[in-house]
Amino acid sequence: MKVEVRYFASLREALGGAEAVEVDAGADVGALRDALVARGGRHAEALGRHRAVRSALNRVLCAESATLHEGDEIGFFPPVTGG
Amino acid sequence: MTAPSGRVRIQHEDFDLGVEVAQLRAGDGGVGAVAAFVGTVRDRSDGRAVASMELEHYPGMTEAAIEAMIDQAAARFDIRAVRVIHRIGELAAREQIVLVAVTSAHRGDAFQACEFLMDYLKTNAPFWKKEATDAGARWVDARVADDAALARWGIQSGNAAAAPPAPPRRPGR
Repeated sequence: MKVEVRYFASLREALGGAEAVEVDAGADVGALRDALVARGGRHAEALGRHRAVRSALNRVLCAESATLHEGDEIGFFPPVTGG
Repeated sequence: MTAPSGRVRIQHEDFDLGVEVAQLRAGDGGVGAVAAFVGTVRDRSDGRAVASMELEHYPGMTEAAIEAMIDQAAARFDIRAVRVIHRIGELAAREQIVLVAVTSAHRGDAFQACEFLMDYLKTNAPFWKKEATDAGARWVDARVADDAALARWGIQSGNAAAAPPAPPRRPGR
């Protein structure tokens, strides 16, 4: 199924603003991250498990155990620094 | 998307504290206390001179996230009105970044709600700062002290926490 991934801050500089990604039905956010890391290169460097990456599902902060559905928007970003 | 409540504004433009407070308490004779916090851009950070910073955010998520924080503040504290303004875009050193203003009947709830909202915003609102320093541009790192501040309110954040080792993944996912 197709989901939309959006990147912010240093992740956006490394990977671009957004991309459409195919994932297996029933996949969770963690599986999506793993699939992106498996591409190697810039994705592995930016999203690898050595990096602190937070995620949002349909614009709400989520755990990596959150289940994905067709058409979902997932945001990946570094720890936030507002305020 | 839910209609804006007027409690949260994400904007490029600067704000006037006096104007915002006057609007917040206008027509409400039950207000006995106003607590307001303003965050500003320092001209030094981690040993470097800072000329300006770029504030990036997640449009659509930012407003909703702060609205949810305000709902939590209203559930925890006896407050009357809240206004949060957070600027985005390029801000020069010494410029204002954020306003959190709260009204209540008495000062205890106003002070606490204001601090609660800032601690929550620092760790969970989707903004990222990039500083223009005398040694080049760099993204600001999140601070574990901010997670500790939020923990005082009983909320675990894990924003600045170092990435944990990867847990074993079940095969076939």
